[in-house]
Amino acid sequence: MSRTQNSKLKTQNSAIVEVRGLKKYFPVFSGLFTQRVVGWVKAVDDVSFSIRRGETLGLVGESGCGKTTTGRCILQLERVTEGEILFEGQDLTRLGDAELRLLRRHMQIVFQDPYSSLNPRMTIGQIIGEPIWVHRLLRDRGECRDRVEELLTLVGLNPLMAQRYPHELSGGQRQRVGIARALALEARFVVCDEPVSALDVSIQAQIINLLEELQGRFSLTYLFIAHDLSVVRHISDRIVVMYLGRVAEIADRVELYESPLHPYTQALLSAVPVPDPAVEAQRERVVLKGEVPSPMNPPSGCVFHPRCPIAVEECGQIVPQLREIRPDHWVACSRV
Amino acid sequence: MAVEKSSATVAATPGVPLVLTAGEVDRTAGHWGAVWKGLKRNRPAMTGLYIVLLLFAIAAGADFLANNKPYYMVYQGRSYFPLFRSGLVRFGLGKWQPELLNMDFKTVAAERKMFPPVPRLGSDIDLTVPFEPPSAQHWLGTDKLGRDVTAGLIHGSRISLSIGFVAVGIALVVGVALGALAGYFGSWVDLAVSRLFEVMLTLPTFFLLIAIAAMFPPSIFLTMAIIGLTGWVGIARFTRGEFLKIRNLDYVTAAVALGVSTRKIMFRHILPNALAPILVSVVLGVASAILLESSLSFLGIGVPADTVTWGSILNEARSATFAWWLAVFPGAAIFITVLAYYLVGEGLREALDPRLRGSR
Repeated sequence: MSRTQNSKLKTQNSAIVEVRGLKKYFPVFSGLFTQRVVGWVKAVDDVSFSIRRGETLGLVGESGCGKTTTGRCILQLERVTEGEILFEGQDLTRLGDAELRLLRRHMQIVFQDPYSSLNPRMTIGQIIGEPIWVHRLLRDRGECRDRVEELLTLVGLNPLMAQRYPHELSGGQRQRVGIARALALEARFVVCDEPVSALDVSIQAQIINLLEELQGRFSLTYLFIAHDLSVVRHISDRIVVMYLGRVAEIADRVELYESPLHPYTQALLSAVPVPDPAVEAQRERVVLKGEVPSPMNPPSGCVFHPRCPIAVEECGQIVPQLREIRPDHWVACSRV
Repeated sequence: MAVEKSSATVAATPGVPLVLTAGEVDRTAGHWGAVWKGLKRNRPAMTGLYIVLLLFAIAAGADFLANNKPYYMVYQGRSYFPLFRSGLVRFGLGKWQPELLNMDFKTVAAERKMFPPVPRLGSDIDLTVPFEPPSAQHWLGTDKLGRDVTAGLIHGSRISLSIGFVAVGIALVVGVALGALAGYFGSWVDLAVSRLFEVMLTLPTFFLLIAIAAMFPPSIFLTMAIIGLTGWVGIARFTRGEFLKIRNLDYVTAAVALGVSTRKIMFRHILPNALAPILVSVVLGVASAILLESSLSFLGIGVPADTVTWGSILNEARSATFAWWLAVFPGAAIFITVLAYYLVGEGLREALDPRLRGSR
């Protein structure tokens, strides 16, 4: 349902968020008396992509590749080391606190862990109602209560839940509350930071369906961060693959899953089991050698070259840039 | 509680209305209403609260419970209310009747006299009855100057309670503010405030008190201020630790993303979740403030020497080991006070936490 609407919106091809040359380095301190910076963890290193209005952009990669940091940088929850984040044309990295606070209405986040994302001392009603009060969207207590109940109904919860505390809810219910909170300000853009990876599979499906339903209803744009490739495949329109703080490949969902071009993407996709024993037994799997290098000391040139099955000597020297190999299919590999 | 919980775990599927049990909508009283309800259900905490209230009532009414002036007296055919008049005189609202000036109410031959339950002040010296064990005259005995321990405890409760309350109040405000700043903002603020903690920790409170007492005239307010201003480090360190831990949790990040102001994040999202260890150190702080005052009384500094406090009575027992009543009764008073504070603090900690509220 969301997809039909997306295709309509996509023709306008307007980017709601544009990430340009994003870098986020975390300093590493050492020393007993004087805290000196002895190195930098390059969590995100020169990442660029854009998110189109109304689409779901999947962001995949293994643990520690910088997906979550990218999401948090977009929302300015982390100070960006370098680069620009354009939200509807406005560079968020240059805004002051007050201006940013106003813009926060339009971009929200849903967290991975439904247990730590709700304040245990507040009732569900207070949690969902707080943003409404903070931004003074409603000034009347009764209206606010009505709105909270409306939001709870919207995410499939009983309005009476407003009286409850987070510890009285199940994981799936809490995640619904997290979604309701993100919607309270009528955000246009939502970063979903692995919103289902902490849930049971049956609940995952419910939450995914809810996210899709809400997207159709309010024409939301999602940045969907995940490491579960089948979930990403289900929900995304386009997918960004990250490896060690860099973008490896950006492509349309169908294109990426059917003809992945980057050797890392190929390896990643071949790790997904096929639910058919006959196919699974015959299937050729790309198994990567070695471990993911430390982001404190990434390999020179292409960060993937020490593990790459098709690497040649020059891969260790030249940093591959993203190139558009096919229409709308970008790959950062000099051997493709 | 069990009923409510089971109904909460019913999975909510879109479009299917949930049937909730009757006990549901009971939470209309709001946050503080719920806290009070939780506290009321906690029997030890309520016992503690009643004891604290009783102690405060005793402290507030000390003049009416133990005094050397009668409530009511008929003298040479005229009625007088010397106790009430002494109150007026103290606040400059009235004057003594000339015939009552310098009168010894105890020995005066009046037609009728009605004394408070303990007919003397804690500071009344009666050298005819030194070290008298508990008796009908002196319920809890007397000290070496013949001062009545009962009256001393009643009047001393004022100083001991207010020292505990005010000193810890000061420590709480300073400690929570500095700890919150250090823990929330981190970086150089944390660095600066943490160094301040360390400097404060190296200051020996007791000797600082002695030094200050040598420079200024003894005063109870100064003592409270010094105990408070040197006692905040423990609270601050706990607060800092909790803030450091909690500020990285997702619900704080969510609040930032929602555009909640920093002040609100600190006091509405983090502080309530950081309360448990702070409350514990506050309760212990009350105890140590009362004990610190008693040590100071022993040295005769801090509180003026002629003021009887729990600590000063306790310290008299040191030089008179045979007079067990001088140690047992003030000791018990301190013990009960601290225990009552502790019970209230513990109950408050439970009542403030929605996860624990239903457990009783």
